[in-house]
Amino acid sequence: MMSADTSTAKVPPQRPSSPAAAPAPGRAPRSLGSRFSGAATPWLLLAPTMAVLAVVLGYPLVRLAVLSFQNFGQSQLWGFQPTEWLGFDNFSTVLSDSVFWDVVVRTIVFTVGAVGFTMVFGLLIAMLLIRVSGWVKTLMNIALVASWAMPIVVAVTVFKWMFDTDYGVVNWLLTKVGLDFDRHNWFIDSTQGFTIIMALVVWGAVPFVAITLHAGLTQVPKELEEAARMDGAGAFKVFRYVTIPVLKPIIVMLATLSVIWDMGVFAQVFLMRGGHPEPEYQLLTTYSYDKAFVVNDYSMGSAIALLTVLLLLGVIAVYMRQMLKIGEVE
Amino acid sequence: MTDSAAPRETAVTEPPAPAAPAPKIRTKAPRPKGRSLYNLIGVAVATILGFPVYWMVNTALKSDKDAISTDPKFLPFPVTLDNFKRALEISDFWGPVFRSLIIASTTVAIGLVVGLLAALAISRFAFRGRKVVIVGILAVQMVPLVAMIIPVFLLLNDLGQYNKLSGIILTYLTFVLPFTVWTLRGFIVNIPKELEESAMVDGCTRTGAFVRVVFPLLAPGMVATAIYGFIQAWNEYLYALQLLSQTNTTATVWLGNFTTTRGTEYAPMMAGSTMMAIPVVIFFLLVQRRIASGLTAGAVKG
Repeated sequence: MMSADTSTAKVPPQRPSSPAAAPAPGRAPRSLGSRFSGAATPWLLLAPTMAVLAVVLGYPLVRLAVLSFQNFGQSQLWGFQPTEWLGFDNFSTVLSDSVFWDVVVRTIVFTVGAVGFTMVFGLLIAMLLIRVSGWVKTLMNIALVASWAMPIVVAVTVFKWMFDTDYGVVNWLLTKVGLDFDRHNWFIDSTQGFTIIMALVVWGAVPFVAITLHAGLTQVPKELEEAARMDGAGAFKVFRYVTIPVLKPIIVMLATLSVIWDMGVFAQVFLMRGGHPEPEYQLLTTYSYDKAFVVNDYSMGSAIALLTVLLLLGVIAVYMRQMLKIGEVE
Repeated sequence: MTDSAAPRETAVTEPPAPAAPAPKIRTKAPRPKGRSLYNLIGVAVATILGFPVYWMVNTALKSDKDAISTDPKFLPFPVTLDNFKRALEISDFWGPVFRSLIIASTTVAIGLVVGLLAALAISRFAFRGRKVVIVGILAVQMVPLVAMIIPVFLLLNDLGQYNKLSGIILTYLTFVLPFTVWTLRGFIVNIPKELEESAMVDGCTRTGAFVRVVFPLLAPGMVATAIYGFIQAWNEYLYALQLLSQTNTTATVWLGNFTTTRGTEYAPMMAGSTMMAIPVVIFFLLVQRRIASGLTAGAVKG
């Protein structure tokens, strides 16, 4: 779900859209909505969307919460045994399990790393884009959009191939440079393995960040930068005190989005490990999936998924606040 | 596309990229001296970013022997299409592709119709609770799909929709619909209200004004939104993996299984990957600017 997982929110330019728009000149227009009058119209228009979302999102979210407090496994699914309420038992089991905390720490470290690299590389590439010649810019944009557009499953298979132990081009390149990487298996050690998974995630996520920040950079008023330079600020100071503050709303938005996406990384780990991630490769998403669909303990899986969502709530709140601050939601 | 990774090729001197959503293009660098160094770094970055895509196509076009040679070649000569044939033989390819096409197009069709109505409501009507609805639609996009798979699986089980295309189409609306509403809203807000108003002055009804004035202006945006939604549905992996059986699956799961079962046959796997990716990349190139530009408009105030 990445990269383009649920996707780019659009922030169109603001239009003051007061409902009671200025009356048109000339003869009075027919009152707006003479066909469908009244306050019901917008709700009628919204009804189908609300109905669909209630079924596919609202109900599952409630069900997720309910499951977390129940004992629901294979036998309950087939109706052999009644579902029981367990109160907080699932949570106390999960929270007292050291394996769970290992997974939490691993997920947080992975997310922080992936988001950090994505933002730094994205910003550097965006700044490079406004400094290179036209033909280089074209070249970079082609590469950016091509890697952005790659379906995640395809990207995983390509990375698997590039880092293959016996025939991977990366081992060959590193050996050529004089390092001993002949027949090197990148996945024996999970730190190395996660480095590759992180590279894959960052590679898929950087284009969106770079292109968005580049668009933002082109909107930084030149006068501001020039004024700063006239006042004797060096390149770094201009960047630190002019560029970054102006870009800050976009940076906050992109960083929070990236956290949400990178916490939700599933296919990259799942497929890299051939559909069975080892214990040292489990992230919260795969861990919850395993509990539900490998061990068939849907309740435990739900409890873990719910805890993941709770972990994310703060980040989601920051993102929403930023969107409101931008004045998008008028 | 592959030459993005081959800097040795002669450079195409063209006006700035069409993919740059930049309204103002800086024509003069502050210090022309640094320009060539930046260009060098830029070419290196493009090479690294484009390399996986190039390597996929390169491997797909090689013979088996060349693909797993200990001294890999950077150009796939002699070119062969055997790997594509092999990829199609290994397991049913057209079935999954066909299912992916049905799922993605139906999801997008429903999403567009339903989403357009909602987008109209929040961009053209003032009503109490509008802001709440907007915040809701934004927030809904933030729920990680992975967290929802367990209850969604049980829901489809209860509805008798497990392993049915109709069931997966319903679940795909989870991410296609909010995105569609939000994106279309952005396009509608950009169409001046005055156009509708003057049509209504001329005697159109509100609906008539929409159909004759707004809808034609909205069409390109709807096409872009549809293509982007289609790509998202086409690429989805987890729901397709869990909600459809192995014999009734989609193209992404087909490729994923390719990885797990025939992990050693890399050349056909790259051919399969190429077939999955190229149409997506081409469509994405077409709509990328429309969808992604405007993201920052209004966010940066001069």
